[in-house]
Amino acid sequence: MKYLLRSKSALTGLLLIGILIFVAVFADLLAPHDPYEMDIWNSYHAPDGPGGEYILGTDDMGRDVLSRILVGSRISLLIAVTATGVSLLFGVILGAVAGYAGGTLDALIMRIMDLILAFPSILLAIAIVATLGPGVINAMFAVAVVRIPAMTRVTRSMVLGLKEEEFVMAGRALGLTNRRILFRHILLNSFAPILVVASLNMGTAITTEATLSFLGLGAQPPVISWGRMLALGREAIRTAPHLTLYPGLAIVFTVLGFNLLGDGLRDIGDPALRGQK
Amino acid sequence: MFRYLIRRLLQMIPLLIGVSIIVFLLVHLAPGDPVRMLLGEEATQEDVERLQAVYGFDKPLPVQYFRWLTRALRGDLGMSIRQTMPVSTLIAERLGATLELAVFSVLIANLLGIPVGLFASTRRGSLWDYLTMIVSLVGVSMPSFWLGLVLLSHVALHVSWIPMFGRNASIAGGLFTLLTQFKAGELITALRYILLPATALGISMMAIIARLTRSSMLEVLSKDYIRTAQAKGLKKSAVVVKHALRNALLPVITVVGIQFGSMLGGAVVTETVFAWPGVGRLVINAITQRDFPLVQGGVLMMAVIFTLVNLVVDICYAFVNPRIRYE
Repeated sequence: MKYLLRSKSALTGLLLIGILIFVAVFADLLAPHDPYEMDIWNSYHAPDGPGGEYILGTDDMGRDVLSRILVGSRISLLIAVTATGVSLLFGVILGAVAGYAGGTLDALIMRIMDLILAFPSILLAIAIVATLGPGVINAMFAVAVVRIPAMTRVTRSMVLGLKEEEFVMAGRALGLTNRRILFRHILLNSFAPILVVASLNMGTAITTEATLSFLGLGAQPPVISWGRMLALGREAIRTAPHLTLYPGLAIVFTVLGFNLLGDGLRDIGDPALRGQK
Repeated sequence: MFRYLIRRLLQMIPLLIGVSIIVFLLVHLAPGDPVRMLLGEEATQEDVERLQAVYGFDKPLPVQYFRWLTRALRGDLGMSIRQTMPVSTLIAERLGATLELAVFSVLIANLLGIPVGLFASTRRGSLWDYLTMIVSLVGVSMPSFWLGLVLLSHVALHVSWIPMFGRNASIAGGLFTLLTQFKAGELITALRYILLPATALGISMMAIIARLTRSSMLEVLSKDYIRTAQAKGLKKSAVVVKHALRNALLPVITVVGIQFGSMLGGAVVTETVFAWPGVGRLVINAITQRDFPLVQGGVLMMAVIFTLVNLVVDICYAFVNPRIRYE
């Protein structure tokens, strides 16, 4: 924690994520307009800038872009958090079992991971959602599946390294059960690197979700999502460039936050880098 | 080395079989009968069954899989339902465009990323260093399709010689004309069309390469042999380029390989943004039209290429780093 406060990138990342969570929670209060309210006479209204009626302009239906971005943060965050949580859960369990058990089970689990990694991840996510049908739940599932191998690999490598350590031997000598040794002692010590991967995974999950909704495979209208806003913006790219600019900036801002946090955590976890910039 | 090569090639077989099963199942577990969708609501049951028999959809799944696999191994990926053309022909027509886009993106990423990282590492702690690192962090965090949209609306719209959509000529063809007929026109056209999509696709990789080159350079620059070289009185540029950069590029090469594969994935979406006539856009269109054989063939093709690229990268890496071979 002490190091966390000293790492500039981790702090900046936390700050960005904090702002995002604040926005997602209080979107209704922060939004200057009703994000669903149409104002056809003011469609494709150019951004008025700070203090204006439509700070970031309006879309094809005259809906306020800023309000839609604020409310859209919810679905992005929801999908990314759920997908990362699910991939974390499955990845850690699979990786821990593979690393601790070794042998056939290890080989089997890791070959399945290789199979997932044999596809470009975004293509696999697209193919999964295309199979199951577009929608929030299926998008979450697809994003989670393609993120599991990274979690599994890092957990497995940590467990492989730690299971030969003396404290594990000691636990075994004391007659602790395998499950207790694995989950109480080994995994607790693998916490830091797993957290790093989880944080970086969050960033990728946000991007993947945005890509899926951009292609019309994620959240369906009337749910507001950043990817969907970009898809609408694409249709008006010649007349209303603000429709593609700002929702994308929101994505960059969010992903940047998680990447900074992940980088910062990694540097903190690596004593060789501690003290360096 | 030879034994390693054989082992890696043998490992490919179960992996590719697994890939083919996943691709097959993905498409066949999809809800919605493609034949019924094709014929429309009015179709009689008899018509539906007849067409299902034509495409082989009436057989049990394992039978369908083996039929599909044995044909695929012979290069026959079936017929596209919507375009009534062999899937393999449709893919073959567009594969060049996708590969060209991926290769050109990798090229842009390296030509920009390595010098930027190098420059930052030699001026560590300077304003330039900070700026580079901030820009590259933002670059890593940008979805390539969004960058594509921004390039379209903020560059292509305002610069007359940059076209917005499509692809008019191939780079390979352009190079050929240049070498055989000494005419650069075709190559220039091809470059104008590929510039924006390749930039959009390549920026995140460029950012990764710049960051990696910098950190790898910083590590190498602190080594004893660099101090020795400096003590010998060599010029700074000679030390940096000949002694440090050569050693620092090893990890960069690995990442280039890994990233090349992800370029193929990114190309799927970038192609959609720029209406680039590649396999990615073909697959996305096939998905929206529920053209099963085409989706299957396209995804399979991409996964196989991706796996092959990763294999080549592994082999190259083992060639450079003997420790890998004996693991």
